[in-house]
Amino acid sequence: MEVCNCIEPQWPADELLMKYQYISDFFIAIAYFSIPLELIYFVKKSAVFPYRWVLVQFGAFIVLCGATHLINLWTFTTHSRTVALVMTTAKVLTAVVSCATALMLVHIIPDLLSVKTRELFLKNKAAELDREMGLIRTQEETGRHVRMLTHEIRSTLDRHTILKTTLVELGRTLALEECALWMPTRTGLELQLSYTLRQQHPVEYTVPIQLPVINQVFGTSRAVKISPNSPVARLRPVSGKYMLGEVVAVRVPLLHLSNFQINDWPELSTKRYALMVLMLPSDSARQWHVHELELVEVVADQVAVALSHAAILEESMRARDLLMEQNVALDLARREAETAIRARNDFLAVMNHEMRTPMHAIIALSSLLQETELTPEQRLMVETILKSSNLLATLMNDVLDLSRLEDGSLQLELGTFNLHTLFREILNLIKPIAVVKKLPITLNLAPDLPEFVVGDEKRLMQIILNIVGNAVKFSKQGSISVTALVTKSDTRAPDFFVVPTGSHFYLRVKVKDLGAGINPQDIPKLFTKFAQTQSLATRSSGGSGLGLAISKRFVNLMEGNIWIESDGLGKGCTAIFDVKLGISNESKQLGIPKAQANPRHANFAGLKVLVMDENGVSRMVTKGLLVHLGCDVTTVSSSEECLRVMSHEHKVVFMDVCMPGVENYQIALRIHEKFTKRHQRPLLVALTGNTDKSTKEKCMSFGLDGVLLKPVSLDNMRNVLSDLLEHRVLYEAM
Amino acid sequence: SKNSEEIALFFVYQTSHLLLSASSSRVHTAMDSLIAQLQRQFRDYTISLYHQGFLDDQFTELKKLQDECSPDFVAEVVSLFFEDCEKLISNMARALDQTVNVDYKLVGSSVHQLKGSSSSVGAKRVKGLCVTFKECCDSQNYEGCVRCLQQVDIEYKSLKAKLQDLFNLEQQIVQAGGRIPQ
Repeated sequence: MEVCNCIEPQWPADELLMKYQYISDFFIAIAYFSIPLELIYFVKKSAVFPYRWVLVQFGAFIVLCGATHLINLWTFTTHSRTVALVMTTAKVLTAVVSCATALMLVHIIPDLLSVKTRELFLKNKAAELDREMGLIRTQEETGRHVRMLTHEIRSTLDRHTILKTTLVELGRTLALEECALWMPTRTGLELQLSYTLRQQHPVEYTVPIQLPVINQVFGTSRAVKISPNSPVARLRPVSGKYMLGEVVAVRVPLLHLSNFQINDWPELSTKRYALMVLMLPSDSARQWHVHELELVEVVADQVAVALSHAAILEESMRARDLLMEQNVALDLARREAETAIRARNDFLAVMNHEMRTPMHAIIALSSLLQETELTPEQRLMVETILKSSNLLATLMNDVLDLSRLEDGSLQLELGTFNLHTLFREILNLIKPIAVVKKLPITLNLAPDLPEFVVGDEKRLMQIILNIVGNAVKFSKQGSISVTALVTKSDTRAPDFFVVPTGSHFYLRVKVKDLGAGINPQDIPKLFTKFAQTQSLATRSSGGSGLGLAISKRFVNLMEGNIWIESDGLGKGCTAIFDVKLGISNESKQLGIPKAQANPRHANFAGLKVLVMDENGVSRMVTKGLLVHLGCDVTTVSSSEECLRVMSHEHKVVFMDVCMPGVENYQIALRIHEKFTKRHQRPLLVALTGNTDKSTKEKCMSFGLDGVLLKPVSLDNMRNVLSDLLEHRVLYEAM
Repeated sequence: SKNSEEIALFFVYQTSHLLLSASSSRVHTAMDSLIAQLQRQFRDYTISLYHQGFLDDQFTELKKLQDECSPDFVAEVVSLFFEDCEKLISNMARALDQTVNVDYKLVGSSVHQLKGSSSSVGAKRVKGLCVTFKECCDSQNYEGCVRCLQQVDIEYKSLKAKLQDLFNLEQQIVQAGGRIPQ
């Protein structure tokens, strides 16, 4: 028998259990070999794997384990010692490696676990950051919305647009279901639903302002969450199923114009508020976020500001419109007033003329009638007519003057005149009446009274006439003295002495009479219109009572003063007035200005001239020329007419000799025949178009005194005429 | 007495005259600038007429003869001149229509008249044409005469239009309350 180094397995190889072990070992070996392969495959695939060394170790461990199990397969049957040796080696190695791996894993597993926890932590952090990022973005969005909203709101100044835009934009930004604005009514006791975003609301839907929820909202400037069931939020008919969204309400201050102080911020105590109600969509489980509430508050403030701006603008526009209206009205009134004044003046002027003409007729004819043979009754009647019409004429004058003086539209017409002459004229006017009444009048002019003065001559005359006339009227006997002197004091300020300067002086006129006199009490009334003293004497003399009032006005216009002194009834009175006049430098007396302003030359004034010209146009031009020089021009168009019209009065005859032929020159001969005496014959001048010697000779031969080249200039004609009249011959003007 | 009435009448008349004129003499600055503009136009137009040879110095002389006593002198003379033109031109046209038996003496005398009128008024161009026309007439040049007649017709009509414009400008200035520039 051989002795083999075989090792017998413990159990017989055919045993069923052995078979199962054999198979299991086989599979384990396969698995153990495939695991590292898988590991390598997947590690190769992944980019990051920090523990390669561990992997190698583990791989070795597994491979060896697999190897052990593989070798174990041989030990089920009788196997040689070599197999057993290999088996043992493999087992030993496996043991070593596995121990090493086990030791390594002690280090590694905690590490791996911590990685996991860190990973989890980071994931959480990332999620949190994401959330926050979302929040920030939302906030930024809402910020943008606010800006845009504000811009929208502030871009218009129309109240309604502002409010509507607010609601629309808010609704859009916050994705609201409904947005409503309640405005306080005029009485301030109720809030009226003014604007809604989505639905049509019934008009005049109001709630009383004193509800607790409203007070709560008005009490704070923040947005307040209110119950969806409160009356302000219940805008839709409740339909049961709905889970109403959250509602927020905020107050919108309505700043009134009067609340703005210059220095202080508007007082919030006397405030009117509107209520803005915002509803989130129902059934959305959305909640009001803080930033949304802030948005709402900001918007409410902006709306308040925008509304106040709109109100201010409205106010100022209204004020401006009012002002313009008033301006227009004032302008119209002014123009109407002017038109009225103009119309009144026109009317007065016209009526004045219309009234005067018959007046004149009456007075003139009555005067004439007085001169004829009349019975005593008739004479009395005529005298009465004359007196009444004179009175009426004076009254008309006075009324006309006074009405002009009343509205201050009267202005003095200043001119230079002779003062001495004025007084003498006045005296001449009054003398007849005074002589009839046997009242001697004397005139005393002070020696230093200037002769030529500057002032309103007519008005001054009117004043003096009026006063002297009054003196004559109210005196039945006695004498009247008129004194004129230069006064050295301004009577308005008696302590102030005015030295008559080179340019002005004060004229004082005193009219003293010894007539009826005036009760000192009545003196103030004298100068008022239409007032008359009650004494019989004055009443019988007539007079409208306007004369003194007008005189006073005129005197005032001349910067003077007028007053009356009287010692009492029956003791006569003295009327005194001062007026300011200018001293004239002129020593020559100026006459009445010429009616014709056109300066005509004295040399040719009225010089009778005859113009003969067939051509109508040149006839007219020559006539115009001579008329401009002041001549008295007659025109004829043919020689026959010329001879007919001509007389010894015509000093010069201009004849046109342009036509070819000799006929024109014949006329010269005929004129010579007619007027044989040289001094009677008019001077003959030919007007011709050509200036050659032959024409000149021809003219001379026919006895013409001169030749003129057509067309004649003004200067030329002037020179010609003067030469002609001087020398009685003219052949130089060619 | 009658004298005092006269005096009183005179006073009242003077004052009413003063008041009426005072209330209407209001100077508007807008009117002033309008007036200045119109006056400028008037001056420029007048100068252009002289430059273009429509008018000459005689027209200036005519303007000198216009004053307060004869305010429309120039207008009257000028309208008379144009009437004359029309009449003379129609006479000449009729005469020239006779093609064969043209009465050159008649035409000549009409031209002479026209020359005289135009020189009196200062219508320079018309006068110049008349000189040429006279020559054609003297030489009995039928074509020349017809041509000259046409030219004269055109010329006087254009001058009439231009002077009408000038007078209109004058009217505008006067209505606006300004003075006519000399």
